[in-house]
Amino acid sequence: MGWMAWTLPTATFFMVIGALLVLMTVLAMRYPETPRIGILHIETTRGDRLFISLLGSAFICMAWLGLVAASLWWALIVCLIYAGAVFRWV
Amino acid sequence: MEKTVNQRAWLLVLPVFLLVAFSAVIPLMTVVNYSVQDTFGNNKFFWAGLEWFSELLHSERLWSAFGRQIAFSAIILALEVPLGVFVALNMPKKGIWASVCLVLMALPLLIPWNVVGTIWQIFSRVDIGLLGHTLAAMGIDYNYTRDPLAAWTTLVVMDVWHWTSLIALLSYAGLQSIPQAYYQAAKIDQASRLDVFRFIELPKMQGVLMIAILIRFMDSFMIYTEPFVITGGGPGNSTTFLSIDLVKMALGQFDLGPAAAFSLMYFLVVMLVSWVFYTVMTNMEKADTFHG
Repeated sequence: MGWMAWTLPTATFFMVIGALLVLMTVLAMRYPETPRIGILHIETTRGDRLFISLLGSAFICMAWLGLVAASLWWALIVCLIYAGAVFRWV
Repeated sequence: MEKTVNQRAWLLVLPVFLLVAFSAVIPLMTVVNYSVQDTFGNNKFFWAGLEWFSELLHSERLWSAFGRQIAFSAIILALEVPLGVFVALNMPKKGIWASVCLVLMALPLLIPWNVVGTIWQIFSRVDIGLLGHTLAAMGIDYNYTRDPLAAWTTLVVMDVWHWTSLIALLSYAGLQSIPQAYYQAAKIDQASRLDVFRFIELPKMQGVLMIAILIRFMDSFMIYTEPFVITGGGPGNSTTFLSIDLVKMALGQFDLGPAAAFSLMYFLVVMLVSWVFYTVMTNMEKADTFHG
């Protein structure tokens, strides 16, 4: 594993994503769902909404780094609000 | 009662997941690890945080390469898609000529990228290339090693030559799947040729055209070999597209940290575009099954 040059923050990052995926799998098996159509007019399941949240969050963080000087922790809060909105309305 | 989605079948995908883990996920994780660190070689790394990301996001170099890349993809799509559809519309529908056309159209697709690059590199040279020499003889100053416009023209024409057939073949397949009844109905209604195209052929080709555009966008967005062989990114930086710049950074300068950050941002854009196209395509299919 040494060649992968792990750091604590990146390991945490991947563990959080891994945990989210496991959680989604368990949820999907326990509580099967029907896809729904939200404000984007596309069918989404919980997994789709997670994907949209993560991808969007990556772009929010990039935009924050490029445009805003403030700490990236604030961007994380924006991301969480965004993810909440995606899960509620998309 | 509405049907629920059962996700349990995903467990059957495990073997593929393992394969992808080794070929894609682990390398990607390594890139993420590199992107927040600095190295001077010898597999020793130092924490750099998000420095590379913010440095790149503020760098002229990245944005101009990105701009060139978008411009290149836009130009080749604007040329290849209409041309491909036009060719497909005019190809013979059956008989020996249909087969001959199909084989001829497929030929450029079989040539490897580096060979295509070499062909056009030589073809466009002023001293020995047919194209370059002819243009020079006609009094046109055409030198792709000196003139950015000539370099861009060479790359764009080469890409159009290489890939228009793909669009044409996919559109042709789409056209072939339209039942004759549609054309007969159009004839009864005295529809003009334009109407037939606008209301029958184009909507029926929509699906394959979306796939064609997606494939061409992705391929052109990640183009590396051809510009590397023909212009090497020059003259100056005029044909330094994203992947060329990335390789310069990663292998030329061995700046692993910035190059990793660059790759991740590149990857994010590709992922976003893929997702948009995928969603549009799957939703189109669903709409199709509803409306027939």
